Amino acid sequence: MATNSYTPQELMVAVASREIQDGDLVFVGMRLPMLAYAVARNAHAPGARGLFEVGLMRDQPAAAFLGTMGDPPNVAGALWATRMSNVMALMAQGSVDLGFIGGAEVDRFGNLNTSYVGDPAQPKVKLPGSGGGADIAILSRRWVTLMSHESRRLVEKVSFVTSPGYGDGTPHWRKRNGLLGGGPAAIITTMCVFRFPELGGEAFLASVHPGHTVDEVRSETGWDLKVADDLSETPTPTRSELAAIRQFDPEGFWTRSA
Amino acid sequence: MPRKVMAMAEAIRRFVPDGSTVALGLALEPLIPFAAGHELIRQERRELELVGPISDAMFDQLIGAGCVRQVTAAWVGNVSEGLGHCYRRACEERVPRPLEVRDHSNFSISLALWAAAWNVPSLPTRTLLGSDILRTNSGLVAADGLVHVEAVRPDAAIVHVQRADGMGRAHAWGPMGITEEAGLAADRVIITCEELVDAEVILSDPNRILFPETKVVAVVHEPGGAHPSPVQGFFKRDHAFYREYAEQSRTVDGYQSWLEHWVTRFPDRTTYMTQIDAASLRVSSHRMSVPVDYGYE
Repeated sequence: MATNSYTPQELMVAVASREIQDGDLVFVGMRLPMLAYAVARNAHAPGARGLFEVGLMRDQPAAAFLGTMGDPPNVAGALWATRMSNVMALMAQGSVDLGFIGGAEVDRFGNLNTSYVGDPAQPKVKLPGSGGGADIAILSRRWVTLMSHESRRLVEKVSFVTSPGYGDGTPHWRKRNGLLGGGPAAIITTMCVFRFPELGGEAFLASVHPGHTVDEVRSETGWDLKVADDLSETPTPTRSELAAIRQFDPEGFWTRSA
Repeated sequence: MPRKVMAMAEAIRRFVPDGSTVALGLALEPLIPFAAGHELIRQERRELELVGPISDAMFDQLIGAGCVRQVTAAWVGNVSEGLGHCYRRACEERVPRPLEVRDHSNFSISLALWAAAWNVPSLPTRTLLGSDILRTNSGLVAADGLVHVEAVRPDAAIVHVQRADGMGRAHAWGPMGITEEAGLAADRVIITCEELVDAEVILSDPNRILFPETKVVAVVHEPGGAHPSPVQGFFKRDHAFYREYAEQSRTVDGYQSWLEHWVTRFPDRTTYMTQIDAASLRVSSHRMSVPVDYGYE
């Protein structure tokens, strides 16, 4: 693939990597965030550390391709190989700066559903479940979710809140309900980036990826879209970001399949 | 002294009867005791209650084979491929039979097992506040700004490790997920291992022993018993095998032919291992740790 072109997944990885600040302790998770962590660590966040719920802490990204966070290359050279409850202890103490969560459905208040589409007693679709998603959503200081932008995924109200964002969107919903962490910071989709007001609440369109339009985003979003006054175009992946992505995903397992 | 070393078929027959609550796949993606799971399928176990954190394809296979009445877990699917098709069919269409689901998060299932390990009814946590998981699992109760996670006590935990001795003292390395709390919570532990070694090898490093020998009732020497999951220092993860399973299990017929090809036509794991490309999956570049010194005088 030419270096001046990129896939939607590669753009999402680059955008996600920019959410990681130098020195952050990042709860990494699976799939695209594993690559985002590697990209950030190689570029603007050389002091970041990654935590994996399987029971690992790392500084350097794994030296070989990862199909899962528990693959042997992620263990070799780790800063800590331990049990899950030890990793969760750090998150419960509020020490995790940023978490990543995958979602099947998200609503305008950033609530994620990865459990049931339809009635849990008779689901239309049974999704795999929380994994560590609910824990990250509740306990990490801030978190980001990545998903394919489709109207069936970005819905007015999720049918099941696996991982809470800003709940019903009323002021201080998280604090009132005793949630430790700050809540979602961004939703990164295949078309755009949503962000949230400083104190939480409803997502607004912050930037649109090159090649997409606000109208297109609106038609594929299941709620009445709010658009930022300073709406921008999402910066494209840099040459070095793409090089890092392709180094850690050489076969395009995560970034070049449909 | 009890004889603990036995074949997989005997271990499963004696220690995991129908209706058991069985914990397996406890280190998440690595060290999944697939050989034990396949033996449960071959022996046509029924009415099992499975307990685990996330399950990478193993629970899906047992559910598809009709072995399972209830799942208590945080996530059931295929980690690198996505959805678990047998899990979906069981929940959505009651095929091959209805399935009860006790939803957890990774943190809460760990706490449920620690509660059982410590012999208390529940443990409190700050996770799951605001999640609808509290609505579907009656064993998670919010009160006074905390969630009280009810103990989950498995009858048996099945754990694959790198090496063990004949008394069931096991060395495992790499991330452990919820292995330790599951083993302590369980009534009994079945160890399956890549290498069966002399006691002196294991006792040379007691810090690395996973469980007290008093918990372990069976030791099964089963090289490759975790395939297609990875075993640090022994086997890489077989990504293609997971992909093939995901594709074939999309339909009931596809799943049944997968099961016939990879499970039911084999008498045991040794035969299965002749059908995979073990040479290309075996770790060839080793990274030995530096030994520690237990000297005392």
